[in-house]
Amino acid sequence: MTQITVRVDGQSYSDDVEPRTLLVHYLREQLGKVGTVVGCDTSNCGACTVHLDGEAVKSCTVLAVQADGGTVTTIEGIADGGTLHPMQKAFHDMHGLQCGFCTPGMIMASIDLVGDNPDPSEDEVREGIEGNLCRCTGYQNIVRAVQQAAAEMRGASTGAPSTTEAVAQS
Amino acid sequence: MIPAAFDYARPSTVEEALQVIAEGGDDVKVLAGGQSLIPVMRLRLAAPELVVDLTRIPELRGVREDGDALVVGAMTTHSDVLTDPLLARYGQLLVQATETVADRQVRHRGTFGGALAHADPAGDLPAVALALDAEFVLAGPSGRRTVPATEFFVDYLTTALEEGELLVEIRLPKLGEDWGVRYEKFNRVAQAWSIVAVAAAVRREGGRIAEARIGLTNMGSTPLRATATEQALLGADVSLEAVTAAAALAADGTSPSSDLNAQADYRQHLARVLTRRALAAATGL
Ligand SMILES: Cc1cc2nc3c(=O)[nH]c(=O)nc-3n(C[C@H](O)[C@H](O)[C@H](O)COP(=O)(O)OP(=O)(O)OC[C@H]3O[C@@H](n4cnc5c(N)ncnc54)[C@H](O)[C@@H]3O)c2cc1C
Ligand code: FES
Ligand code: FES
Repeated sequence: MTQITVRVDGQSYSDDVEPRTLLVHYLREQLGKVGTVVGCDTSNCGACTVHLDGEAVKSCTVLAVQADGGTVTTIEGIADGGTLHPMQKAFHDMHGLQCGFCTPGMIMASIDLVGDNPDPSEDEVREGIEGNLCRCTGYQNIVRAVQQAAAEMRGASTGAPSTTEAVAQS
Repeated sequence: MIPAAFDYARPSTVEEALQVIAEGGDDVKVLAGGQSLIPVMRLRLAAPELVVDLTRIPELRGVREDGDALVVGAMTTHSDVLTDPLLARYGQLLVQATETVADRQVRHRGTFGGALAHADPAGDLPAVALALDAEFVLAGPSGRRTVPATEFFVDYLTTALEEGELLVEIRLPKLGEDWGVRYEKFNRVAQAWSIVAVAAAVRREGGRIAEARIGLTNMGSTPLRATATEQALLGADVSLEAVTAAAALAADGTSPSSDLNAQADYRQHLARVLTRRALAAATGL
């Protein structure tokens, strides 16, 4: 057992973990943060995406001991009290989910993408979330949701992608 | 699945890491970004007794200049590569190839050194290192040695790294403005490995090609150089005819594997087509 100290969703924790414990299992089983899910065994699906020290990572492909001293944000930590994060709200408004299994990872990857690129084109959204697989939606509404949230996060008034940019980048 | 149990060490210097590895017995694995190693351990295809984590060794991360060379620390992540100002200026071939690696989450953790040490024939960065004649600096219990790229990649998932050795840095030539570069990758779906890819760097003098370096991804058990194409380009006009004729030789001497994604002859076809595209783009045609 190794002792780790981690800040998760704004709260500090000190816990003993086995070195082989994956970050996602620590979050789910030791902290009870079951909002983050596991969808595969091969690091492909992205369902387990969280932010570690401000960057999106696949929490099934990071050891819990590697988060020692770090800060983790999960899907459970992004709403502001009862107010959904703009990305959560956009996924809801644009029907960016069906069964919802991929959604926590999609939302965490998308927030990371918009942090780097505040006004992504449709292609840039599709590339930005290429590490996240959805079996239900066909991605169309997910892309719309990310663009709507990006607009809201920039403080713009409309969810429509800016056509000048789409033309410039095609 | 979760990995089999192991002991864990997190050294903070290269020296300390070498010592921990030397004292760790036969069954030690070095952990870089973990984006290849952790999946393999989850599937229990690897079950080391001791894992030595390099992520908290600051001296292994970052890019610096050393005369005509760029020195890239082994623990420089793929996303570091994409945002580094020196690489933006002198290392565009590596930047272009790294953009195609995996997805943003994997690029946040995965490292340049890890991708080279893993030496997967479908990996995108070994062919770039080979095309650029990179030098690999390895540290071991008895000091450091430098290995050229032609000797580093030995076979499928096998490199010149000896037991107890670490890859610490990679030296790349600075490519100035007289060079044009292009990484052309063919793959079927997002975040997928190359079926075939071509890394090309071309130096022009006037209207002629003065030097060409071409690396091939997934055309054999190691990355390869398209030597016949390189030679055909020496002194050639910068023209679509010359580039097309040289690219027709790109698969000469290769014996790629056949698998679910592609038969060997299709891979050879791809190598020729992608080489033509990469050369046309690198020479601005
Ligand atoms: C979903 C997914 C998609 C991917 N797609 C691509 C792709 O399209 N193209 C591509 O090129 N790669 C791809 N990768 C692999 C990715 O680039 C990995 O980051 C890389 O192969 C390994 O780097 P790492 O830093 O994660 O190394 P690790 O997984 O930590 O290590 C890999 C191996 O190298 C050894 N090693 C690592 N560093 C050193 C060192 N400094 N000295 C000695 N030995 C060392 C380790 O012991 C281990 O055996 C993908 C990975 C995933 C999970
Ligand atoms: S659970 Fe699929 S990538 Fe982590
Ligand atoms: S909504 Fe079902 S997997 Fe994406």
